[in-house]
Amino acid sequence: MSRLGETPSQTVGPYFSMRLSAEGENVLTNRDDRIVIEGRVTDGAGSHIEDTLLEIWQAGPSGRYNHPDDRRELELEPSFTGFGRTASDFETGEYRFETLKPGRVPDPEGAFQAPHISLIVQGRGMLNPVFTRIYFSDEAEANADDLVLRSVPQPRRHTVVADLQEESDPPTYRFDIRMQGDDETVFFDF
Amino acid sequence: MTEPLIRHYGPKAYSDHPPFSYPDYKSTVLRGPSLDLLTIVQTLSETTGPGPVWTEVSEEDADLTTNAGTGETAIGERIIVTGRVLDENGNGIPGVIIELWQANACGRYVHWRETEFPAPLDPNFIGVGQCVSGEDGEYRFLTIRPGPYPWGNHPNAWRPAHIHFSLMGPSLGSRLVTQMYFENDPLFGFDPIFNSVPEHARHRLVAHYDHDVTEENWALGWRWDIVLRGNAATPFEEQGE
Repeated sequence: MSRLGETPSQTVGPYFSMRLSAEGENVLTNRDDRIVIEGRVTDGAGSHIEDTLLEIWQAGPSGRYNHPDDRRELELEPSFTGFGRTASDFETGEYRFETLKPGRVPDPEGAFQAPHISLIVQGRGMLNPVFTRIYFSDEAEANADDLVLRSVPQPRRHTVVADLQEESDPPTYRFDIRMQGDDETVFFDF
Repeated sequence: MTEPLIRHYGPKAYSDHPPFSYPDYKSTVLRGPSLDLLTIVQTLSETTGPGPVWTEVSEEDADLTTNAGTGETAIGERIIVTGRVLDENGNGIPGVIIELWQANACGRYVHWRETEFPAPLDPNFIGVGQCVSGEDGEYRFLTIRPGPYPWGNHPNAWRPAHIHFSLMGPSLGSRLVTQMYFENDPLFGFDPIFNSVPEHARHRLVAHYDHDVTEENWALGWRWDIVLRGNAATPFEEQGE
């Protein structure tokens, strides 16, 4: 049977927030042990991008995904979907998520990946989505063993590691997204 | 312990999608990655995705002519937009969350961004809706045909009439945001967003008039199928169960 061609991607345009990224969609939990991920999205000129759509997808604290293909007998909090989305701020390009730190998910070689969150970035002026991962600076040991992170050239690895802010409460990780230029964020194909 | 199911998705067909940078659409130049994407193995993080965890959809939200909730009906040409969500083998994909947003009949969006385009808003049209694909991947919306509208990309720039579609498929890699157009739009040749798609694939964004969908004394029918990346065939691990 001949394969059908994929429907091509188009930009989300300037008006996606009519529907996508409604208020509260960036808050995945109100638990006391929640973490904050925040950062700024910038373009190739270093200017903030005022209209990007940011979507995250992650496992829960046990390392299990809330998804029918993940049938491992690990704890799954029904109210924690692992999905969130938000828009970068029009004036500053900043975004923020409140979520739980994910547990470790297996890799295809039988080892465990370092805790990470998948991130999809789209926006006006972006004709395709880009995919990256958010790792955590306080997981140095796990990061050093991570199959995906090890494949990132060393000088670029820091672009996918969120920095834990000193004395932040709740623990707040900084993850800036640079679409181009010095320290361009690593984007993945899979 | 029960093992997770790893479905392996074929490579993304980049040649069917626009490039990251398409200078005729000026904003793309500084906003797409300039370095090559880094290819990684597919893990559970890539083969799962947010689509299946969404459940909050009301049937009323598939009717954009009334979902403003005013008790009145939106103004404009009432249309039915229907089709199927398919995988690359042509199998329908059930349970896909489809969200859409669009301009009203005059080409005006309900959005806080300022516009210099003097087109009226319709108090009975909010221009957003959602539904979930059915058992065979089928979906259906009742809405108003959107109007074309100007934008600032270049002198006298107008977008062809279109409806924005967002689809959450079964995996991270099947995430798709796109735009549906209407066949024979005279603005196609002038629109860099439409033309950013390689020529051989542009027709996949165009809905066709279908008289079998049209309902007498009610609404004109348009048909548009959407193909998501991926293959939903039974994975090897499940055979023999």
